[in-house]
Amino acid sequence: MSLKKINRLKEFKKFLITKYIFLNGIISIVVLGLILTFLVYNSFKFFASYPIFDFLGGKQWDPTGEPEKFGLLPLMAGSALVSFGAIVIAIPLGIGTALYLGELAPRIVRETVKPIIEILASIPSVVIGFIGMTLLSGIIKDTFQLNTGLTALTGSIMLAFMSLPTIISISEDAINAVPSSYRFASTALGATKWQTAYKTVLPAASSGIVAATMLGLGRVIGETMTVLMVTGNSPRLIFSLLQPVRTITGTIAAEMGETVQGGIHYSSLFAIGLMLFLITFFINYLADKFVNKTR
Amino acid sequence: MIMNISGKVNKKRIIQNVFHAILLLISLIVIVFVLGIIIYLIVKGGSALTWDFLTQPPSGGMKEGGISTVIIGTLYLVLGTLVFSLPIGIFSAIYLHEYARKNRLTKIIRLSIVNMAGVPSVVFGLFGLGFFVIFLNIGRSVIAGSLTLALLILPIIITTTEEALKTVPDTYRHASLALGATKWQTIMKIVLPQAMPGIITGAVLGIGRAAGETAPILFTAAAFYQPNLPKSVFSQVMALPYHLYVLVTQVADAPDEKKWGTALVLLLIVLFFASIATAIRTRARLRRRN
Repeated sequence: MSLKKINRLKEFKKFLITKYIFLNGIISIVVLGLILTFLVYNSFKFFASYPIFDFLGGKQWDPTGEPEKFGLLPLMAGSALVSFGAIVIAIPLGIGTALYLGELAPRIVRETVKPIIEILASIPSVVIGFIGMTLLSGIIKDTFQLNTGLTALTGSIMLAFMSLPTIISISEDAINAVPSSYRFASTALGATKWQTAYKTVLPAASSGIVAATMLGLGRVIGETMTVLMVTGNSPRLIFSLLQPVRTITGTIAAEMGETVQGGIHYSSLFAIGLMLFLITFFINYLADKFVNKTR
Repeated sequence: MIMNISGKVNKKRIIQNVFHAILLLISLIVIVFVLGIIIYLIVKGGSALTWDFLTQPPSGGMKEGGISTVIIGTLYLVLGTLVFSLPIGIFSAIYLHEYARKNRLTKIIRLSIVNMAGVPSVVFGLFGLGFFVIFLNIGRSVIAGSLTLALLILPIIITTTEEALKTVPDTYRHASLALGATKWQTIMKIVLPQAMPGIITGAVLGIGRAAGETAPILFTAAAFYQPNLPKSVFSQVMALPYHLYVLVTQVADAPDEKKWGTALVLLLIVLFFASIATAIRTRARLRRRN
């Protein structure tokens, strides 16, 4: 009888432990669900009182004007412009470095360079933003003879470097995953090391490299402090890399402090946060598809 | 004919060398950028790192004094972040590696972790504001900021812990179970101790990340100017990354040496934790090889 009792107690304990571990196991699903719920919940007031087409198609972002305007387009254009510039710069740098490290570099070079790239990943974005403000913006201003060096291009250059650790490490994984037999076959046919890298390894690793680029893009779109500090923060609808812009992330960070809690401006920042969440979610989802394709 | 072939080979070699040089140059650009930032910060901020700067609280509207309470504020936040994220992250990894079956749910969990790692930090900030600060009514505080940062580093903790669990050989588990230990005892007494270096690496990486983040604490914890340390965990707190942002963009004519000094201290703290993580990892790799 008492043995039975002990056994039952043991069973109960095991049941509790298993349930507890399971709850921890699904935490990521719970958190993602909560994030989505609270973004929707807090942006509800905005969507209820502001016409959705004026939001999605509006060309002006002027939350303190009379009447206030919450047009998404200038912020979208700002984010798109900065991210586009950053990715255009980051792709050759990232893939070039990954190819060099993966295929050509001697082992000692590879072992020294990799930690340096890991260091880049750990430099806080506010420090990168500070460097961009003080060093790069001056260079941009003088080079292009502008009134201000705080432009979309300044943001693009800084963000390009910030996305490199992601792009390089995942591209290199993809390059390393290409079977050696491919390289041997190519070399046996008389190809040089470079021809092998360019014509055999690169195509074979292509879906991993696409995934790397997309994850880099996700990082770039979501980056906040650096763009807030170096892109000049002007929410106008423009399409030039040499002018100040305002991104979605920069708008949230810059304006949340000035809003009245529960007001429409407050709610509108959650609405653009929701847009940002959906965009990055979609990009990461696509990247994951490509990563799985490589395996 | 022979001339022709050797000409072709020569051309091939030249092309090879040119592209080799281009790739080398590209890699050099990246390295120069990273080392350039670090050296520049050391040169500019080195002279600001006086004993007074590190041990005095800020004063005179942040134009005077040091950053002692700001450094401690960041340590509070980081400590809080670990307290919240480590247990949940470790058990989440234990579930994935020791308990989960290969089914749809596990696939969704893994996809969620990847996606959580990709959520922009400012969105975590928004969530922290909406959920912890307002909905749970914790208010802008060390607690709310730590909870927000904890969510941000959770994917790091989960993935590094799971990698560590993978390195523990199954024979250890079997031996423990064969001696009559329960699964729980096996995990707590055999598997976790073996996986500890990897778990610590993840924790240290998480610390580095949490210490440098600004956007998540912007609306959940960071005080603009508050020379004294917080009275309790329910008070706001100054933190290094936000302090740097404020000095650079919000305080008119803040002294340059304060800005560079703050930036350098922040960088050194983050690099310190990053190098610990690298050191532990390298040691574990060497030990496994021997």
